Amino acid sequence: MPDAPAARSSPPPPDFNALMRSVANERSRPAFALLFNHFAPRLKSYLMRSGTDSGQAEEVVQEAMLLVWHRAVTFNPAQANVSTWIFTIARNRRIDMIRRERRPEFDPTDPALVPEPAPSAERAIELVQDGTRLRAAIDSLPNEQAELLRLAYYDDKPHSVISAERGIPLGTVKSRLRLAVERLRHLLREEGT
Amino acid sequence: MMIRPSHHPAEEFLLDYADGSLGEASALVIATHLALCPDCRNKVADLEAIGGALLDAERLEPVSMPCLDAMMARLGEPQPLTRREKPPQLTALPPDILMIPEPLRGYIGAPLSSLGWRQLRPGIEDVDLGIGQAPAQTRLFRIMPGVVTPRHGHCGTEMALVLAGGYRDEQGNCCRGDVFIYDSTVEHSPVADHGEPCLCLVVTDAPLLFMDD
Repeated sequence: MPDAPAARSSPPPPDFNALMRSVANERSRPAFALLFNHFAPRLKSYLMRSGTDSGQAEEVVQEAMLLVWHRAVTFNPAQANVSTWIFTIARNRRIDMIRRERRPEFDPTDPALVPEPAPSAERAIELVQDGTRLRAAIDSLPNEQAELLRLAYYDDKPHSVISAERGIPLGTVKSRLRLAVERLRHLLREEGT
Repeated sequence: MMIRPSHHPAEEFLLDYADGSLGEASALVIATHLALCPDCRNKVADLEAIGGALLDAERLEPVSMPCLDAMMARLGEPQPLTRREKPPQLTALPPDILMIPEPLRGYIGAPLSSLGWRQLRPGIEDVDLGIGQAPAQTRLFRIMPGVVTPRHGHCGTEMALVLAGGYRDEQGNCCRGDVFIYDSTVEHSPVADHGEPCLCLVVTDAPLLFMDD
């Protein structure tokens, strides 16, 4: 099995986990600025896709990144990669600041929570790779599936509303989303290769 | 040994929850189910990873220089308190509310006996929790053991999560942690199991249609 990765044309992405450690342990402002420079333009675009104007999008980006700064110590690379963690923070800020609703979430420390029978160790190992593999897999989805998946994440509208607004039968929306997610999940759950 | 649920929300509802588009009342049903269902927690984690991958691949919308400057200037601010992070209530609560997992427990925030229960039929009570935007209605239902609820249909969508006890209807048995999502094609007449009263969280976006009204 070849062990050395071939030379790539694009520069390697920054090591987000290392930047997060610097922010968490050393309160490093330069490391935070690098995270901000990478994620803020992406978050702003994500927020503007659901109709938020540029000014308000920047406000939400700031609030989300401020939480990244304050909660850096709670980031656990075994649970999610940095992009996923920041996505969930921005999603919740969008619900709070734009839709003006609370975001109900379970509490992992709640005594009433039913625990996982045996936490899977391989999940953590695979997470680092997930981002790149997932992006490639999303690109390889059939157009109509990828398009609906993007709409679901960007538009801030539940699948039933997407169906009504786009004039696509509800059953078709469901089956396309299920097929897309099933394919991506299969990849996430694959044994390490 | 804790029982794990056997009836789960369909994938598209987990997706609506993970992508943030589900309204607060329905999201409360999903999130409370997640507290009781490790399998669906893993599924939602996968869906959030897809959100992360989409964010990575997102186009770049340039951020203004004042935004970066303002950002760096704000790093000394005290940590903001977001809506969901209100300080926990430290008062001792009775077991009937402690067995209800978060986030629902925090939304109820009081012993079940202190809520304004209303009797709908003999052995059937409900209380409106006042969560979510109209026309969504978020209620707790309490059905006494063995009681048969009148046959009813659904104008819109009904999401039901069993918190204690159980019931059976034409679709099968359900117990703690199980979620059912009913649409206008479904008519049913649930019968509460014997044993403890059946407690359910029910979110509807239109009134239930009782056949005996």
